[in-house]
Amino acid sequence: MMSHDDHDHARTFQPDHAEPTSDAALVGLALRQLLIENGYYTADEEQTVIAEMQGASPKNGAYIVARAWTDPEFKEYLLQNGTESIKKLGFELAPYEFTVMENTEQVHNVIVCTLCSCYPRTLLGMSPAWYKSKSYRARVVREPRAVLLEFGVNLSDDVDVYVHDSTAELRYMVLPQRPAGTDDWSEDDLAALVTRDSLIGTQRDLILK
Amino acid sequence: MSEPLFLVGQHVRIADRTPPAHHRVPSYAKGHVGIVERVCGMHADPEQCIRGDGKPFQRIYRVCIRQTEIWIPYEGSDGDKLEIEIFESWLESAE
Repeated sequence: MMSHDDHDHARTFQPDHAEPTSDAALVGLALRQLLIENGYYTADEEQTVIAEMQGASPKNGAYIVARAWTDPEFKEYLLQNGTESIKKLGFELAPYEFTVMENTEQVHNVIVCTLCSCYPRTLLGMSPAWYKSKSYRARVVREPRAVLLEFGVNLSDDVDVYVHDSTAELRYMVLPQRPAGTDDWSEDDLAALVTRDSLIGTQRDLILK
Repeated sequence: MSEPLFLVGQHVRIADRTPPAHHRVPSYAKGHVGIVERVCGMHADPEQCIRGDGKPFQRIYRVCIRQTEIWIPYEGSDGDKLEIEIFESWLESAE
């Protein structure tokens, strides 16, 4: 038996998630059970989808960005038809349409879902807590420059901000600007520069490592 | 797939109404005029799905609205924009 003197419960203890008690949470659980019992989908299928979502990470988005930086033809196709061009790289996107918004010297893009928390999980993984917060969702449409400043993005007046509200069946990703001094970099090294926040638009300048 | 009612560049107004059930138009965008930025595909509209009438698919448009048109006062540049996805039944021509 393990000695109780060699570890500290105060540090290792993780509380359980709270049991659902609200009406909405209980209805959600009942609905899930009914859908499974009536054969709309199986519990196994549900687990597979959850595992896929948890397996996705911003590396997917970073890979697409690096490809766009190094292949002008692909970049043009990506901006014109995000869904088809990303599918061709092997990503499963259905039923959503994907739209990639390019940052330029004159334009900065930022993404939000004001109604809930729609997020391009296939390309970015699970969303950060702040993306789902009421504060970010309400404020980034109302005062995008103030919110961006809190993230460390200080935009001058000659840069326009485009806020993309993901209200329905489209999902977005920002194509950040390629940093100067990376002309001879490999696709892998370029992809390593791309951060999650730069793909959401709450970061503008990528930092050379 | 039905032909789109609106084309890229066309001025459209977002309806100002509040159905009793779930819909995908945030209050801040209701009643505002913008320009069709992109004609998107046909998607299941949750508003119609819940009625169970069997025809839930509808065209989505991306509508581009000037931030200074939505928020008064607005702290930013005149070129700042808000782009939002709106189902066809929420749009009317504002030409």
